[in-house]
Amino acid sequence: MARKAQRLSFVGVLIVAVASSLGAQEAHVGNLTGHADAGKKLYKRFCIGCHGERGDGVGDNAPFLEPKPRDFTAATFKCRSTLTGNLPTDEDLYKSVVRGFNTSAMPSWAPLTAQTKIDLVAYIKSFSPRWHDEKPADVLKIPTETPVTIESISHGGELFQKLECWKCHGQEGRGDGPSASTLTDSKDQPIRPYNFTGGGRFKCGAENEDLYRIFMTGVDGTPMPSFNDVIKPVDAWDLVHYLRTLQKTRKSRENEVLKAAGGKLLPPKPEEKKPEDPAKEPENKGAGNGRK
Amino acid sequence: MYVVAASKNNDSGRWMSVWSGLATGLLVLAAMVSLTSPSSAIPAFARKFGMPCSACHEAWPKLNNFGQVFKDNGYQMGNDRDSPISKDPSYWPVSFRITPHWHRENTDRVGTDQVPTGQSVTTHGFDLSGLDILTGGTLSKNISFLLTPSADNTATFHFESAWVRFDNLLKSSWLNVKVGKFELDNLLSEKRILTLSANGGSYRAYHFRPQGGLPGSIGADLPSPLATGIGDNQIGFEVMGHSKNSYTRYSVAVVSATDGNVSLPTNRGYDTFLTFSQAFEAGGLGLQRVGAFAYVGMYPTYGLTSGGNFLPGTGVGNKMYSQLGFFGMWYLKKLDVTTMYTRSKESAYLATATPATAALPIGAHDPSWNGFLVETHYTVNPQFILINRFDTIRMSQQPLDSLTKDFGNLNALTFGYRWYPFMNSRDGFAIHNEYSRVSSKGISPTGNDSISSSVFLGFDFIF
Repeated sequence: MARKAQRLSFVGVLIVAVASSLGAQEAHVGNLTGHADAGKKLYKRFCIGCHGERGDGVGDNAPFLEPKPRDFTAATFKCRSTLTGNLPTDEDLYKSVVRGFNTSAMPSWAPLTAQTKIDLVAYIKSFSPRWHDEKPADVLKIPTETPVTIESISHGGELFQKLECWKCHGQEGRGDGPSASTLTDSKDQPIRPYNFTGGGRFKCGAENEDLYRIFMTGVDGTPMPSFNDVIKPVDAWDLVHYLRTLQKTRKSRENEVLKAAGGKLLPPKPEEKKPEDPAKEPENKGAGNGRK
Repeated sequence: MYVVAASKNNDSGRWMSVWSGLATGLLVLAAMVSLTSPSSAIPAFARKFGMPCSACHEAWPKLNNFGQVFKDNGYQMGNDRDSPISKDPSYWPVSFRITPHWHRENTDRVGTDQVPTGQSVTTHGFDLSGLDILTGGTLSKNISFLLTPSADNTATFHFESAWVRFDNLLKSSWLNVKVGKFELDNLLSEKRILTLSANGGSYRAYHFRPQGGLPGSIGADLPSPLATGIGDNQIGFEVMGHSKNSYTRYSVAVVSATDGNVSLPTNRGYDTFLTFSQAFEAGGLGLQRVGAFAYVGMYPTYGLTSGGNFLPGTGVGNKMYSQLGFFGMWYLKKLDVTTMYTRSKESAYLATATPATAALPIGAHDPSWNGFLVETHYTVNPQFILINRFDTIRMSQQPLDSLTKDFGNLNALTFGYRWYPFMNSRDGFAIHNEYSRVSSKGISPTGNDSISSSVFLGFDFIF
């Protein structure tokens, strides 16, 4: 009898502990502070249909969606300012809620009030213990963008070949590279590489800085690896400039420069020295990363 | 709707005809309101985008700001998945809404043949609302549409909405053009009203007309008396714009002065509607909004006849009527309060149904009146909402000197709740319970106030 009471009291303590830890989850962006208990009600109103009651991405509507809704219990997020394998910052999540995800069912929730959005972020963080267990990761530092020149664009083109971006994205950036049809995400769902020629917004932002961040941090949960340990920042900007020229229908400084150069890239320069570790593959580490 | 009532010098015979007209009018109004259901939430969108009703609605059919942005964007989410070409070919954007219900209607002091001085008249029973068939969405990126064949509860159809809209012209959310039959850009929308009963199912300020005209003076050369309302869908075009988050919004509409009726039944006039609103965040309290609107219309007072009957569309002798309004939508977390003030005025010719070519009755003036509205909602959760509304109209100038100052003043109180037993992205269902009471000053046969009330228990479903 005493043992039963002990067990019951333990369960009670556990429930209270879980409930209080859930309620204690917060999110901070600027002057805003989000609270999970407020976010829970909002989540039920706005998010539950796709992401599910438990945040596992299996809401009522999930079977009909492509790509599938994010599984918050895995705490693997595509759009981060932190390096691959790490949790995103609160601001990353907030921006994702504001921006939505192009070509997916996730709309922009910008019309919601700032407090509503930050409360939702706080609640999203309550689905995985990682938010309690892991320390905040460092944020990728993005250096000032280099000038857009034909040299920069041409070098970016060389990197596109060298890093084998074309294998997934295709030589013209149409998302039809030889590996494209075999790609799956961390949930074994088929996934398509981004088609640059459509000119649509990137999933994680629309600016050059966003594009830089995307391939330097990688897109966790997908086969898109992080190149942060592979290329230097100045090379990364060159790659950004080249990738912009694949968006042929989009008005951009890069397309203007390329057009002024007759639409042709400069021939590749002979390599000055060999890479330090030619066998090194682009890294794709971290929990929940997808497979190639 | 025009009745002679409660003039200072009247006789009993005149009272009888007045009261018969009033009673008929009230019954027709009650029937009109109860037989047509407002268009509103559209589960076809929920199915298309996989969202529960609560994503776009505080409690359907009332929109939240996310829903407002979706609507303002031409039913587009803006994530390159809006065009029908990106959807499963089997997707068909059709929804139905109807409300089987039980209701009780009571009006006191109704003059009947049995009791000419007035008696209480009550009826109750099971009934049906009208039916809305809502089809809407995008024809292509940035071309949206809404078509709403709507029936009364005898299945007599008309088009409640039929419009096409060109969205984000010049790649700007500030320029959208809509053409067809549509709801004016009322943020206090009568098509999304949360109350459904005969007495509570409309905003009084949108439809009120001064009592005290002279029905006998409407001749064959007159089109039907002015009967228009800002809440009614109108036919014309609208230029509308909004900031990306719809915090700032404007709309200008020019519509045929036909109150949304087809085949140009009255005249060749045009009405203009303008509105502007601005929203701002107040920390954790929610989104607050203030705005204003103006409606200026012209309506004929006589027209050509053939065989003694009015020839449709030939109305002339236009006279003006107008309404100016200011509104605020105040959110205090779960509690929200909408306030609205309206100032309305119309020509004495319209108020007394006098042809512009004839002399006005002695003591006739352009009537004017003020309207006040306070509507409160307490959203317990997305599946349960409490509703309360107080509408009042105060005459500031009667159409005739013979009428007492407060003649026709109106108070309407409505309260109720809507309970949504489930919430998903396929359909909607609400159990709706409501009580509404309207009192009008001095318009009963004995010169006392006339009071009517509704009790409504409905099963409001949309699929």
